[in-house]
Amino acid sequence: MGFKEEIQSGNFVVTAEVGPPKGTDISEMKHHIKGLKGKVTALNVTDNQSAVMRICTLAVAKEIMDIGIEPIYQMTCRDRNRLGLQSDLLGAAIMGIKNVLALTGDHPVLGDHKDAKPVFDIESVQLLEVINGLNEGHDMAGLELQGATDFFAGAIVTPESIPFEPQFAKFKKKVNAGAKFFQTQAIYDMPKFMTFMERAKELNVPILAGILLLKSAGMAKYLNKFVAGVSVPQELIDELAPFKGEDALKKGIEIAGNQIAQLKEVCAGVHVMAIGAEDRVPDILAAAGL
Amino acid sequence: MIVAEPKSLDEIKAMVDGYDRVLMVGCGTCVEVCLTGGERSVNLTATALRLARKVDGRDIEVGEQTVIRQCDFEYLDEVKDADKYEAIVSLACGVGIQGIARKFPNTPIFPGVNTTFMGFNEEYGYYTEMCKGCGECILHLTGGVCPVARCAKSLLNGPCGGTNNGKCEIGSDKDCGWVLIYNKMEQLGTLDKFKEINAPKNYGKAGNIRSMDLRK
Repeated sequence: MGFKEEIQSGNFVVTAEVGPPKGTDISEMKHHIKGLKGKVTALNVTDNQSAVMRICTLAVAKEIMDIGIEPIYQMTCRDRNRLGLQSDLLGAAIMGIKNVLALTGDHPVLGDHKDAKPVFDIESVQLLEVINGLNEGHDMAGLELQGATDFFAGAIVTPESIPFEPQFAKFKKKVNAGAKFFQTQAIYDMPKFMTFMERAKELNVPILAGILLLKSAGMAKYLNKFVAGVSVPQELIDELAPFKGEDALKKGIEIAGNQIAQLKEVCAGVHVMAIGAEDRVPDILAAAGL
Repeated sequence: MIVAEPKSLDEIKAMVDGYDRVLMVGCGTCVEVCLTGGERSVNLTATALRLARKVDGRDIEVGEQTVIRQCDFEYLDEVKDADKYEAIVSLACGVGIQGIARKFPNTPIFPGVNTTFMGFNEEYGYYTEMCKGCGECILHLTGGVCPVARCAKSLLNGPCGGTNNGKCEIGSDKDCGWVLIYNKMEQLGTLDKFKEINAPKNYGKAGNIRSMDLRK
């Protein structure tokens, strides 16, 4: 079964993600992808993540498929206008890509080409509607396609966003715009996340909880300071604090494993973000008892 | 009003390096209000330029004039003795600078300010961007707060994941436009409208080379 079928039949799914490198040497990336084969249901490929210029998503999605994993094609609206987005979606379709994650994208000033013109011709909610249209056989201009797409479109939500109500309202819009699954921003505050899941029930949409591997207490503090919508509780920072290097990583793997174990009964699946330690994703899943 | 910020003296000095007689023309409307291009700014900038050139041992003659608006030939007619100068430095917004360039087609024109945005006069010396001139106003849908100008990504359907304690991901000194919109709509009791998906904008209306013709 593929990602869509697994999720729709109610099986617990595990996704991870790979960030394309900046440059043409993809040996390490391929090593990481190969290590995930058979361990994940599908693998996200990020789109110039953090507004840092890297290999394009489509080319890496092809590598993932060649290795034998189903990709989730992340598409942001930062770098392409509506012509570019639709054109790339048609390209993705003929390459055999089935899953698309519709995102707005980080602002260029957060990345490495700060002077870039931000596009944002459309945004995540509208992109979901565009994908629906392509699936129905027409483009944004209402023109008929010679062959429709058949994408399984998803989106993201930030359950720990402050303030929460505007974020939740947008989450609902994404469901109404046709998002069939959600992956969340990294979550650490379990009681807060459980409250979110309780409220999300009425929308009846599969949610994959975002698990971001903590590699050190320093990283946790960095996330708290600089990453919007992510708050690592002090007790997790204290747990990590005594450890350094590989020992800290092992502790982080244990923490992530515990989180997943707690989420198994609540969520449709988990989305594991290991950021550079993709080869340890199997260890995290083992720690979770998966 | 149109807001502009002054160019540095070094930049202005470098632009007019090849000239010994320049006319500096201010504009008495928007850029005067934002303390950038009115009579006082012309006087301060002209004085600084004269001094800087004096230090270099190359005196420059700088004439000073300010008209009510440089975006209108009616007021540009009031600029006197332009032919006595080799070049003009305009402290008007980009519209006015082009106006004076059209008024004196044979004179090199230099911008003395950088035009930045259409903004609101929050208080003396503090101005905030409010309008992008997108040509398709939707303020009735967003509680009177413009998402095109006040969201860093001009999003139309709610805050992105970068919103942080009511601030924008591009800077903690900037309010998240969508949190402002949400709060205002809540205050107005119109949050039911927030649920509606706003369609993509027609950027054809925000395009270049726009004009409006009421001449019939």
